Amino acid sequence: MSDVKSLNSIVVRLAGDSGDGVQLMGSQFIASTALSGKDFATFPDYPAEIRAPVGTTFGVSAYQMNIGEAPITTAGDAPDVLVAFNPAALKVSLPMIKSGALVIVNNDSFTARNLTKAGFDEDPRETGELDSYQLVSVDIGRLNLEAVKQFGLSKSDGGLCKNFWALGLLMWMFDRDLAPIEDWIRAKFAKTNVVRDANVTALHSGHAYGETAELSEAIPRFDVKTADLPSGDYRGITGAEALALGLAAAGELARRPVLFCSYPITPASPLLHRLARLDDLGVGTFQAEDEIASICAAIGASYGGVIGVTSSSGPGIALKTEAIGLAISAELPLVIVNAQRGGPSTGLPTKTEQSDLYLAVYGRNADAPIPVIAARSAGDSFFAAIEAVRIALRHMTPVMLLSDGYLSNAAEPWRIPNMDEIEPIVTNAVPQPDDTGNVQGLAFDRNPETHGRPWMSPGMVGLMHRLGGIEKDIDTGHISYDADNHQRMTDMRAAKVDSVANFIPPQTMELGADEGELLVVGWGSTYGAIYQAVQQIRKTDAVVSYLHLRHLSPLPRNLGELVNNFKRILVPEMNMGQLSTLLRDKLGVDPTPYCKVTGQPFLISELVEKIRSMLPPMVVSGGGHASKGESR
Amino acid sequence: MSAILSAKDFTTAQEVRWCPGCGDYAILKTMTNILAEVGARPESTAFISGIGCSSRFPYYVNTYGFHTIHGRAPAVATGLKLANPDLDVWVVTGDGDGLSIGGNHLMHAIRRNVGLKILLFNNEIYGLTKGQYSPTSRRGTRTPSSPGGSVDIPLSPALVAFGSGARFVARAIDTDKTGLGEVLKAVHAFDGAAFTEIFQNCIVYNEDVFAEFTDRKNATDMQLRVRHGEPMLFGADNEKGIRFNSDNFSLEIIDAASAPEQVLRHDEKSKVIAQMLVELTAPVALGVIYRNPGDSFEKYWYAARESGLKRTAKVADALRSTNTWTVT
Repeated sequence: MSDVKSLNSIVVRLAGDSGDGVQLMGSQFIASTALSGKDFATFPDYPAEIRAPVGTTFGVSAYQMNIGEAPITTAGDAPDVLVAFNPAALKVSLPMIKSGALVIVNNDSFTARNLTKAGFDEDPRETGELDSYQLVSVDIGRLNLEAVKQFGLSKSDGGLCKNFWALGLLMWMFDRDLAPIEDWIRAKFAKTNVVRDANVTALHSGHAYGETAELSEAIPRFDVKTADLPSGDYRGITGAEALALGLAAAGELARRPVLFCSYPITPASPLLHRLARLDDLGVGTFQAEDEIASICAAIGASYGGVIGVTSSSGPGIALKTEAIGLAISAELPLVIVNAQRGGPSTGLPTKTEQSDLYLAVYGRNADAPIPVIAARSAGDSFFAAIEAVRIALRHMTPVMLLSDGYLSNAAEPWRIPNMDEIEPIVTNAVPQPDDTGNVQGLAFDRNPETHGRPWMSPGMVGLMHRLGGIEKDIDTGHISYDADNHQRMTDMRAAKVDSVANFIPPQTMELGADEGELLVVGWGSTYGAIYQAVQQIRKTDAVVSYLHLRHLSPLPRNLGELVNNFKRILVPEMNMGQLSTLLRDKLGVDPTPYCKVTGQPFLISELVEKIRSMLPPMVVSGGGHASKGESR
Repeated sequence: MSAILSAKDFTTAQEVRWCPGCGDYAILKTMTNILAEVGARPESTAFISGIGCSSRFPYYVNTYGFHTIHGRAPAVATGLKLANPDLDVWVVTGDGDGLSIGGNHLMHAIRRNVGLKILLFNNEIYGLTKGQYSPTSRRGTRTPSSPGGSVDIPLSPALVAFGSGARFVARAIDTDKTGLGEVLKAVHAFDGAAFTEIFQNCIVYNEDVFAEFTDRKNATDMQLRVRHGEPMLFGADNEKGIRFNSDNFSLEIIDAASAPEQVLRHDEKSKVIAQMLVELTAPVALGVIYRNPGDSFEKYWYAARESGLKRTAKVADALRSTNTWTVT
């Protein structure tokens, strides 16, 4: 019997061919992790090809998870455990994993052909290359086939069960209950008894192997500490799920249906898939013929009195740009969800990036501002969606909600919010038709605080009016090419977006005081990594503070004052410095950008190193830092 | 609220800004007359357009109206129709707007059979941008962008509609009050995507491009007005008829008096004959050429959703419709 290691947290990475079922295995393991009361964060890392050539390094699909005590906010820097289904998965993962990590490999895949495809000249199991790791070689393929032999499946069909076999072994290592996964398999494969039974058998067989195997290297077991999370009811959630539920919740809060119009694109499609199953929550979905049609249909829906929402990723958002201008001009509410990915052009469809901030804030023809907000974590996407709809309806404007590939797919435990505690969303009152016949003017009778006009829709008696993308007279709403009027309308559109800042709470610090030596400013999905890094540094250097922006346009009113309370500002971003530019533009400050565009999220360690380099040298003995006169 | 409305009730106070003599005036007038005649309700009617001369149409009709962006009217209209399927949604487009920049949306709106009343004003030219050749311009059309004559081969709007799976295809002439009026009434009554090509005379950039069959003196010999169940006859005294030649699968003109039994009777559900009819150039087929109703997109869309767009469950419950656990 092997030892049980007690740990605060552990990083596990599963890697294999894109057809090995690694994503499924990971998500099922995480479901069980959630039920066992651990905090967690995940990072599905998969190739753009659906089934890349078998055995190649570029076809490796991986699922990394960090589990343990709260707060776990990233999928972890370096894995402690690697499960590699083939040599290519081992090759790709080796540079990431910790020295001394447990490496479980599937022996059967280490054929000469697979080794060559992975770029190994020799078998790394024999060259000593893996000496610094704890290697456990298991005949996963063979043992799985033996286990499912009884079901009469072909060799290839039987082989498909090996992810459940490996999952069974992992479940044993972490002392997890198999029942919830068994239930899931039974529900998922209810229609094909053979597949259902084979997968259940594989799962049990892997588990039994761990229990009974007499290996020279005993397989270690782990006892990971349960999280100390705030009390409440929890569930696991991905960014796409949270965003979908948030949009449905916004509809409920506004007492309006939601029509989600989209066109498939990686990594935004999971949102469409989730919403397509939420029709009982008053959500309709329409898969349009292209990106432009999808935003135009959403605008048509908003025109019809339904909350129109569209989504895409960078290339698709670019195509939607002209229609965003129409929604601005027609003063219609609209939410545009942008699940950012690496670019330009097709770029890195499955890899994450934050490089559409310029596009969101500045990227339209003419003076065409819109409010821009960003989600910071999977669960936070729920609240970000509600906020986006709230702004869109209050100010009658399109709003861009920035998410990214990492957030869409990442999962975390989430405290289920109480819907009764969320403020209802109020829409602008519709006027009574008057006798003067001045409906056109009523349609553009804007609220002086929000510049939002009444949401008048076809079907309403006596309120027939005409809308369009041609400039309108600011008062009468009729077409106007008048020069002064265009200036006033442009000013109004700017004032409208600016007025959003009057409705958002003042910016607060995530960590640290409101003044000090160094301020780290983040936005979007980098939240988890920055939070951990700053917290780590603050144990010795309390002069670092951290704030994280929800609202990118307009910025919170007090932001300028806050950032000026610090000597230096560091802005880590998964782009080439776009928030730095925005802060320079809007606040006149000069932040130091810290940029990473590798398609991978920030590691906590690299952020720690960067933040340290921005701090005055520490006095070695005292653990304090040099006096204020120090400059860099 | 069911007071009888007149054409005037459907007219806005906006000053109409088409060129004097433009065929659009005639279409607008017939449209407002027909809206009154069929008892349309202004609050339940919306005109959606793209960009181009024809797309100014919504400003002049006293219903709901949305002048959108170039080529995208069918997409906006689809969203509106899904949001509120009870509306009469008209799409007004042109040969450039609907067949060039917006060809994709037109095709898909027709393919899905969205309940849109699509009027494509075809004048074979880009009017608003000052006279460049369009996707329906005949080869050799001299314009500022084709001084030596255009080399593009034009497409047939009606055939595009058929290729997209249209269930309603009609054609009319802008100034033909009776013919256009009949077609508009049929469009209004149709449940599904109703595609109508209106031959529209651009008096500035492409004057008389359809004169060959629209001129009064040519009308009887060059216009074939089809009506369901009636023989296909034309000519000053209906002396000419259309026959189906089964040897080469074509339509041909015969002397109706000598062989009346050979004259085809119009069957508006016959797609094969309808497609042959729209390819005729002399005479040109007008009227409701094809009408074969089927369930509309919005009908299917709502039928596929138990709750329609109504909320029958609570988000608070949906948040818990998965494995949950409690931290104390």
